[in-house]
Amino acid sequence: MAELKHHDEPTHHEHHIVSPGVYLAICATLLVLTATTTAVSYVDLGEYNTVVALAIACTKMTLVVLFFMHIKYSSKLTKLTVAAGFFTFIVLIMMTMTDYISRAWGRW
Amino acid sequence: MDSHTLAAQTADTGHVEDEHAPFLRHHFESVPQQREAATFGMWLFLTTEIMFFGGLFCSYLIFRNWYYPAFVAGSHTLHIWAGTLNTTVLIVSSFTMAMAVHAAETRVRRALMGWMIATLILGCGFLCVKAYEWHDEWVDHHVPGLNFGPESFLHGTKAYPDDKLPLDVAEKTQLYFSLYFLMTGMHALHMIIGVSLLTILLIQVRGGKYVNGHVAPIENFGLYWHFVDIVWIFLFPLLYLISRHQ
Repeated sequence: MAELKHHDEPTHHEHHIVSPGVYLAICATLLVLTATTTAVSYVDLGEYNTVVALAIACTKMTLVVLFFMHIKYSSKLTKLTVAAGFFTFIVLIMMTMTDYISRAWGRW
Repeated sequence: MDSHTLAAQTADTGHVEDEHAPFLRHHFESVPQQREAATFGMWLFLTTEIMFFGGLFCSYLIFRNWYYPAFVAGSHTLHIWAGTLNTTVLIVSSFTMAMAVHAAETRVRRALMGWMIATLILGCGFLCVKAYEWHDEWVDHHVPGLNFGPESFLHGTKAYPDDKLPLDVAEKTQLYFSLYFLMTGMHALHMIIGVSLLTILLIQVRGGKYVNGHVAPIENFGLYWHFVDIVWIFLFPLLYLISRHQ
């Protein structure tokens, strides 16, 4: 009975243990991406150097958050907390940038 | 129920053991609930950390656009090999920490200690490389406020002969280095705190803790460690890489 009640709870979340194989694969991918971003920095892509470097960094961050930090296997509450954190961060950055871009409008 | 049946049930489901686990606080209904609460709290803390480092990244973005030539010249003085080495060291240390959490989940004490020691060594290795770089910057008079001279940006360097800045622009490289030391310094402070916490946890594991299903402290430390890794994943391209061809 106690078992049944436990599983019926809306907050119930089945715990998942990530296997070492997954960790190893993610680690290898992250190292390959590190080598890639360093190698690409030696190629002159103009302003796209920044775009490529940040795209690779975002990919690495996503891999770390999803697998090393278990968010792929976490409860909805945890997923929502992480999403809310990043969303608020992006809102704050956008607001600040909008201010700085528009403040000296036409004078640069 | 005699002790034999109880032991069998414990090995089978883990339920009897968990309901009366010594680490289960009285205000929680079950171990999973306690663990979920700990994860939630840890992520709330990490959210405040995102905002903290986010402010630094934001000012880097704005000042880099305002004093672009000075930031490019400042970035040219960093060693890409050291940044790449440190990124590699931190990623491998994140892997060893993830394995430590796995060892805590599967309750293998020797493996847990081994992976924690590996993480500790890699964390210290990162700090050593960082200290070497800071020493280089001190020798080159690139430390604003304490030991700064614009001379190295006036006549070009061996690697970048075109880095001949007018004196007023050369002075502005202090903004780049201020942000560089603030960002890598705050990151290193987080690493030092991490290494200290890891040492304490390691001593506790040696005393027999965290291999009885009480994974939350190890797991939450892992989250902190991975977060510090993510900060470096962004610092590395922004400080070392993106200005190389500008």
